[in-house]
Amino acid sequence: MTVAISAKEIISQLNTKFPGAIEEAGADSVLVKSDSLLAVAEYLKTAEGFKFEYLNYITAVDYYSYFEVVYQITSLESNRSVVLKARSYTRDNPTVPSVTGLWQGADFQEREIYDLMGITFEGHPNLKRIFLWDGFPGYPLRKDFNQ
Amino acid sequence: MEISSDKDYIYTSSELDYQEGQLIEEVKASSRESIQDPDAWLDEELKRNILLTSVDWVLDWARRSSLWTAICFPACCAFEFIAAEGPRFDMSRFGMEILRASPRQADLMITAGTLTWKMAPNVRRIYNQMPDPKWVIAMGACGISGGIFRSSYNVVPGYNKIVPVDVYVPGCPPRPEALIYAVQMLQKKIAKAKVVPDLSELPNPLRKGKK
Repeated sequence: MTVAISAKEIISQLNTKFPGAIEEAGADSVLVKSDSLLAVAEYLKTAEGFKFEYLNYITAVDYYSYFEVVYQITSLESNRSVVLKARSYTRDNPTVPSVTGLWQGADFQEREIYDLMGITFEGHPNLKRIFLWDGFPGYPLRKDFNQ
Repeated sequence: MEISSDKDYIYTSSELDYQEGQLIEEVKASSRESIQDPDAWLDEELKRNILLTSVDWVLDWARRSSLWTAICFPACCAFEFIAAEGPRFDMSRFGMEILRASPRQADLMITAGTLTWKMAPNVRRIYNQMPDPKWVIAMGACGISGGIFRSSYNVVPGYNKIVPVDVYVPGCPPRPEALIYAVQMLQKKIAKAKVVPDLSELPNPLRKGKK
């Protein structure tokens, strides 16, 4: 069974490596500023001692005042996992950098989030709707979606 | 284990020979006349095989007795259909079991399951590819009205928005008995159909200018 890593264990290393990049460190998750998400994710994927090479899932949450994109990544080497989060504070065109360059498996899930939640992933190679059809009005998983 | 040669059998070999000879004599004695030609009744064909009925009845009988289902099962009601097909419920008792992978060979569409708007054009296309005459059974709550997903943004509220439906089977999902009953109801419906047009409606080449 994969052990969830405590955010405290990696937060000090991240803080020294990327000063100011961490918005918040919860009990079991690390909230990263979205403009430094890619650098932090790449560090967590490649750095010795972390090697979080496997992306379990990406999902997104609508908190009305902001959108939060959630990443769970796992290190198959040390059998541990950690949850990364990034926020976008605008509703008009929320944008988060794409992690498809790091984890190929992010491709379809980012498209799904784009489709249903309306979050744009910058740098995604093929960002278009995956479930709904072209021309569907609105993003149905947003809290303010109304038919 | 060896069989001892001095064992007493019920019949001696000469007795067996005698019985065999008797049988042959019996068959020979009873086979002097040739057996009658089994095709002799063919002469009576006209006497025996004429049944007066209407063309409508014959066509409806043929149509309702071989309902072939197109494979078009968008969601979970399909499993009840599979159960109805299987040995426990065994729809083939009623001649309604043959599934056709090609809609061009099918005349019945059982709409088993929720239909999303993304799937709707394909379902209508399958329906359009089926040759006439064709019928549709809306199976389950989703097929009738969209069911619990009715108010969802991507679900068609009932198959009758897409294709004309003949029989509605309620249930979520309907039991296989209900589905079989629905096909029987459809068969009763087909039996009432009027297939042959009235003579007066047919184009008459002798009366030019008139219908």
